[in-house]
Amino acid sequence: MITALVVSSIEWFGELGLFFARLLKAAISPPYEFQELVRQCDGIGAKSFPLVALAGAAMGVVLSLQTHDSLTRFGAKSMLPAVIVFSIIKESGPIITGLVVTGRVGAGIGAELGSMKVTEQIDAMEASAVDPYKYLVATRVLACVLMLPLLTLAADFCGVLMGWVANTLSEPMSLRLFLENGFKDALFSDFLPPTLKTAVFGLIIGTVACFQGMRTRGGTEGVGRSTTSSVVLSSLFVILADVLLVRLTLTVWG
Amino acid sequence: METEKDKFPIEVTDLHKAFGDQTVLNGVNFHVAQGETLAVLGRSGTGKSVLLKLMIGLQKPDSGSVRIAGQEMTELDSTQLNEVRKKVGFLFQQAALYDSLSVEENVAFPLIRHAGMSDADQKKRVQELLAGVGMDKELQKMPSEISGGMQKRVGLARALALDPNILLFDEPTAGLDPITAAEIGELILELKEKRKMTAVVVTHDIHNAKVFSDRLVLVHEGNILAEGTFADLKKSKEQVVVQFLADTC
Repeated sequence: MITALVVSSIEWFGELGLFFARLLKAAISPPYEFQELVRQCDGIGAKSFPLVALAGAAMGVVLSLQTHDSLTRFGAKSMLPAVIVFSIIKESGPIITGLVVTGRVGAGIGAELGSMKVTEQIDAMEASAVDPYKYLVATRVLACVLMLPLLTLAADFCGVLMGWVANTLSEPMSLRLFLENGFKDALFSDFLPPTLKTAVFGLIIGTVACFQGMRTRGGTEGVGRSTTSSVVLSSLFVILADVLLVRLTLTVWG
Repeated sequence: METEKDKFPIEVTDLHKAFGDQTVLNGVNFHVAQGETLAVLGRSGTGKSVLLKLMIGLQKPDSGSVRIAGQEMTELDSTQLNEVRKKVGFLFQQAALYDSLSVEENVAFPLIRHAGMSDADQKKRVQELLAGVGMDKELQKMPSEISGGMQKRVGLARALALDPNILLFDEPTAGLDPITAAEIGELILELKEKRKMTAVVVTHDIHNAKVFSDRLVLVHEGNILAEGTFADLKKSKEQVVVQFLADTC
């Protein structure tokens, strides 16, 4: 039982490695599918914006409500703007964006490619002498890589703004003062690495979801399995990557 | 001078394919002459669709040879394989139209990538292709908005987009009512007469196969059980062949 699990895991990683190599080759060699890339950026980026913005806003409100009480107890209420800003830009914004996009986009890609696979649309593409890795996979993975940092900025912005709104409802404070207090000790290195690490989340979400979709077998039941596994595995790898990248950024930037 | 390649654009020799323990094809041999239409008959699950996919390189055989337009498909790399695929049109069982693209975009898909046409020429060509299958009034519809028969027609227009010399049909009349099935059969016959294409048609539809095919082969238990014209097969004493042709005259 355990041996079978280990063997199937090794096989899965091996196949993922081969898939990634084929994806890289398709992405870097011409011709390029710019039109499809723009369409995917719209589907993955623009259409995820409302959900990511809402998640960011909710995170800002919750952070404000929770930390207000704690900081008041410790007599550090003046630190509230900085706590909200640092929490959001360094960790909450990127990871919430990663997980929200995993749910929306990972499931979408897994289901779409899975359906295309079982209805022979991917075979039809190959039969038309078009590389599905170039048209379907590379465009989706690249769109995820490009859109995740932008969506993170949106989540950060909404989080900080709604953090201020929630705070100012109980203790009125101007937005300018809130931002000044929040950002006065923030460095570029507090903002840039956490935002850019979401490009890695995008790479993970796009690659895992496309991989699971492209290896779908067994009709609609198989599509369901691919969709679920796309979300579960992408979420798991995003969280693991977050741990590693946080450690790495702390080592590099201190 | 006519070469072997011109004479027989499709040659399949000793083709074997198994999935796990299940042997699907067990030494299949046939060839199709230039301009000839071959119907491949057989019960469900006898590997007829797998045979077509092996012919176009979508799957790899365990052993044997597939020569399409003189090229050994089993030995080609992906670039060479794509060059051969441009000369071959493939109509899939469920048409396999791209869900996210309109009828017009589906037919334009191979043209955009391989034909090197201007936008105006490409539009004109798509219009011509769709007019050829009676679908030129449905350009902007999505595949989900048209019937199964219409999808097959659009799939056929897409298969013809690059003006192929060879056509492969996987169950072109499956799931269609008898009238629509007959219309698709007539389209295949029209293609054969007008364009002198070489075609392989996998089908259960013996009535239509009788109309459009020059020769038929019957696949049974991984091998070709019978081969010849409809009249030849009608004379066969093999029980499976007799059963297959029972309702025909």
